[in-house]
Amino acid sequence: MRAMTSAISIAQLDKTYASGFQALKNINLDIRHGEIFALLGPNGAGKTTLISIICGIVRPSSGTVSVDGHDIIADYRAARALIGLVPQELTTDAFETPPATMRFSRGLFGLPPNPGYIEKVLKQLSLWDKRDAKIRMLSGGMKRRLMIAKALAHEPRILFLDEPTAGVDVELRKDMWQLVRELRASGVTIILTTHYIEEAEEMADRVGVINRGEIILVEEKAELMRKMGKKQLRLELREPITVVPSTLAGYKLSLGNSGKELIYNYDTKSEHTGITTLLDELRHAGIKFKDLQTTQSSLEDIFVGLVHQNSGVAR
Amino acid sequence: MNLYGVRAIYAYEMARTGRTLFQSIVSPVISTSLYFIVFGAAIGSRITQINGVSYGSFIVPGLIMLMLLTQSVTNASFGIYFPRFVGTIYEILSAPISSFEIVLGYVGAAATKSIILGLIILATSGFFVPIHIEHPAWMLAFLVLTAVSFSLLGFILGLWADGFEKLQIVPLLIITPLTFLGGTFYSTSVLPPFWRTVTLFNPLVYLISGFRWSFFGVADVNVGLSLTMTLAFLAVCLAIVWWFFKTGYRLKN
Repeated sequence: MRAMTSAISIAQLDKTYASGFQALKNINLDIRHGEIFALLGPNGAGKTTLISIICGIVRPSSGTVSVDGHDIIADYRAARALIGLVPQELTTDAFETPPATMRFSRGLFGLPPNPGYIEKVLKQLSLWDKRDAKIRMLSGGMKRRLMIAKALAHEPRILFLDEPTAGVDVELRKDMWQLVRELRASGVTIILTTHYIEEAEEMADRVGVINRGEIILVEEKAELMRKMGKKQLRLELREPITVVPSTLAGYKLSLGNSGKELIYNYDTKSEHTGITTLLDELRHAGIKFKDLQTTQSSLEDIFVGLVHQNSGVAR
Repeated sequence: MNLYGVRAIYAYEMARTGRTLFQSIVSPVISTSLYFIVFGAAIGSRITQINGVSYGSFIVPGLIMLMLLTQSVTNASFGIYFPRFVGTIYEILSAPISSFEIVLGYVGAAATKSIILGLIILATSGFFVPIHIEHPAWMLAFLVLTAVSFSLLGFILGLWADGFEKLQIVPLLIITPLTFLGGTFYSTSVLPPFWRTVTLFNPLVYLISGFRWSFFGVADVNVGLSLTMTLAFLAVCLAIVWWFFKTGYRLKN
């Protein structure tokens, strides 16, 4: 039965807030058991609204969501018991100790106390040494780890991490990534939202892209990375040109800034980027440049491209 | 039923009382003692008896009610408003716990605190005036019903408020004035007929009168009516809370 159902199944989900703002439009998405799914999108794309609906914090306007086969409304107790949520904001109590706030979280989810398990999680997250400290005395990084500990307090099978590394230093970010891998290895399904491409690249099995409330792409990570591997080389010319010499036609160059720039799009993932030969051929063609720069398409650029390419829902 | 969940909320709220012991318990006790000194000793020496009861003893039920009402509203409203304010409410909303169980945890804790406080004030009063309770069971019944009803009102306030100012408005501008005007320190029977009629529109008159009846066996209004009004108020509060959760008002939208 477990293999038959998705960890999370979302069908025709819409959310329009009382203000009239439509945050989600016809979301259809299936998250597989045991995968790490990264939900990418710019700020305001609808990531947090989507997570909030699945977790029971926000009500959907229409559509259905089931968690391991349990409808989030009709069978909300079974559905929510499976989910742990680490929200984006650092919202913790100030005057409790880490074990006390974990006991509270575990109790809320209907489980009897288990000091041994709480100790294990706190040790895993390097917080056991701070077990007697008030939460307000913890550093930002510790608080963020404590949020994860609270989400794990009831031993969830599905974990949502909403922007887990926003504002987190590099070292802690790597620790988080390691923790997520360990959780996945123990069979936990992980859904993380991020607007850091490298985070998705590092962690995810599959990636979903959401923009303006619509899922515009769901793909295996490798395929998305291939699409996102496109880079651009801009050569600032000494003298402007009006046409690209025919000898360079194979590079599909374009002119920019009134002929003062030559623009070359290339693929970093391919075996040969063609940059060396292009520069050789420019020299042969007598085209001199005074500066050059490379840029990678931003996530925003890719979103815009995807919106144009995928006018409907691409799955 | 998620009893562990109810217990978690209840225990958390009761622990908050422990952390804010001075504010929660000591401060109202000191205030009550001051009321006794001012009204009981200073003014009471000029008033002999009301309905056959010495003035000092007469104000005891009113003082307990005054504290019970304001503390129930304040405790319950703060209990639910604070997680909304700091954002920790996400955990309650995403837990497998029903609306009824959430209310049971928060309102149960607020009512428990108020009842304990009421009993402490009763005991404190014993140091100032002789206390005799004619109907102890009814006294407890009124105490519990009032604490639960006004904790529910506080819970409603905590859900409705979108700032600390609104949180203060109801206890300061509605509950306290209505309690003072509802016969805390006097019998409404001493008022001129017109004002006596006006006080009948004050719902707190019924609560204070019923509670005072349980002490002395005398009341400004019929005790059956007092009980009915208390239960009606409880029902209205329950209906509003039910509607809040049904619609997700201020919580899920």
